[in-house]
Amino acid sequence: MTSVLDVKRLSRSFGGLQAVRNVSFDVQEGEILGIIGPNGSGKSTLFNCILGQLVPDEGEVRVDGDVVTGLRPSELNRRGVSRTFQLLQVFPELSVRENLILAAQEHRGSRLKRLFGPRDAGLTPDANRMIEFFRLGHLAEEKAGSLSYGQQKLLDAAMAFMAGPRLVLLDEPAGGVNLTMLANLKERLQAINAETRATFVVIEHNMEFVMSLCTRILVLAEGRLIAAGKPAEIRSNPDVIEAYLGHQANDE
Amino acid sequence: MSRSSLCWSLGLILFGLVLVFAPVNLTDYGLPYPGLKRYGTYIMTLWLVTAIAAMGVNLIVGYSGQETLAQAAFLGIGAYTAALLTKAGIPFGLAFAASGLLAFVVGILLGIPALRVQKHYLAFVTLAFAVMAWLVFRNEQWLTGGVMGLSGIKRPVVFGINTRPFLNFYWFVLAVMAVMAFCMWWMLRSPWGRAFTALRENPVRAESLGVDVRLYKLLTFAIGSAYGGFAGALYAPLVEFIDPSPFALSQSFLYLLMVIVGGAGSFLGPFVGAAIAVLLPEWLRFTETWYLLIYAFLVMVLMAFCPGGVVVLVLRIKAVLLPQAAKVRP
Repeated sequence: MTSVLDVKRLSRSFGGLQAVRNVSFDVQEGEILGIIGPNGSGKSTLFNCILGQLVPDEGEVRVDGDVVTGLRPSELNRRGVSRTFQLLQVFPELSVRENLILAAQEHRGSRLKRLFGPRDAGLTPDANRMIEFFRLGHLAEEKAGSLSYGQQKLLDAAMAFMAGPRLVLLDEPAGGVNLTMLANLKERLQAINAETRATFVVIEHNMEFVMSLCTRILVLAEGRLIAAGKPAEIRSNPDVIEAYLGHQANDE
Repeated sequence: MSRSSLCWSLGLILFGLVLVFAPVNLTDYGLPYPGLKRYGTYIMTLWLVTAIAAMGVNLIVGYSGQETLAQAAFLGIGAYTAALLTKAGIPFGLAFAASGLLAFVVGILLGIPALRVQKHYLAFVTLAFAVMAWLVFRNEQWLTGGVMGLSGIKRPVVFGINTRPFLNFYWFVLAVMAVMAFCMWWMLRSPWGRAFTALRENPVRAESLGVDVRLYKLLTFAIGSAYGGFAGALYAPLVEFIDPSPFALSQSFLYLLMVIVGGAGSFLGPFVGAAIAVLLPEWLRFTETWYLLIYAFLVMVLMAFCPGGVVVLVLRIKAVLLPQAAKVRP
């Protein structure tokens, strides 16, 4: 069986700083993989290399067995790879429903067909289903910019699922979200994972969130992969405690 | 049909009728309206032509968040193309299409290198292009007639109707403008329009959702420039004589300015902006040399207090006068 995502010996440096060093891992269908590590450990660079935002110096990225290294984010997205961002990235002037339609319209038909076809590209039913699923029903017509932070986070996540992706990369989905909303978000992510068998890769600082959401966790430190395993194994791994948890304890 | 779209449709029909009959003398029909004379009709036609070019700038600047300082140059490309082709005996319809197409192709060629990098680079590239195009219009005498220009540009015969009389030409331009406005409106309300908004508001996020940002930017730039070309193809037979001066860099700034004053990113913005740019000099004629100073002052005041332009200003005034209409939904 081929992995949904296969990263091989990926490296990327900025000037003298090696942000990601020789990182390899793969993700199976339906898995929720967490990537943790202290600030500056290379998580975001790794994400950006996988997603085509940055071109890696070395190594290769495969999605469903096809090499995708160097593809632009839009091309990657049309191949079923979707993402959320660490900082909020919704379109504030568009309504909630319009945001969701936008998130899938480029997957529908040819560009010319879209110009002459219906305004919603036939996506209103899908958007409404997603709105219901993420419990944003009462906000469908509101401008995304007028939503609360937590609601925008939900919308951001919903947008990543609109086109029915194979693989979703979530960059700190829990950041800045209050506890009630966080439980809601986690439960929705688990539900959509169970329903669609979509594969997730999650970068997260919130330990509780990542340990309870993910089925497997990778730990990065100084650009290197230092551990991989089930949440319970990671929790008790002395290297991880040293590099990450200890680190964080000192920070706080 | 909902009430608001009914209101819009009725308003549009009414406005269309006003435009159709604006220059017509209605006293023969028992109405106390003398119509417009030759010069008034010329100014109205110039407004329509200017509005077409401004619609293109609005697409580039207002909807997709890029910059252009070359719209007058694209107008020039359209005007010279239409003039040269019609003088060579090619029917106006074909010359008109060729003008827009040439501007579109030049827009693509200009956009491909410029759009690989940041948006301010596009401003510089278009600025350089505007100067270059003007130099070509002025110096390539064998083609453009240089500073002496091209004269004797004939107005077309459309479906057997000669548009030589100023009123006929006005109606012809009005019809073309209506078609072009409809095409623009259609594109903006299609999924393309949503993609334009997305790439203006957040290109990185748009790209991550499968929106090919580079391609859409290129398309908007080329289509917006093509609107300049089409406007130029109407401008040439309107003035019947073209020389390089209306296609200079300063005029390109004026097109950018009128879109910003009218309301960038609003559909009516270019019409309002073009009206101000074309009509204000006429109204302020009594101020003589003070005209530009007054214009500049008005623009600065507007930008300081209402950067969204006149359209937004009108909406704000409406919200004050009719508070219930603007009430935010609970």
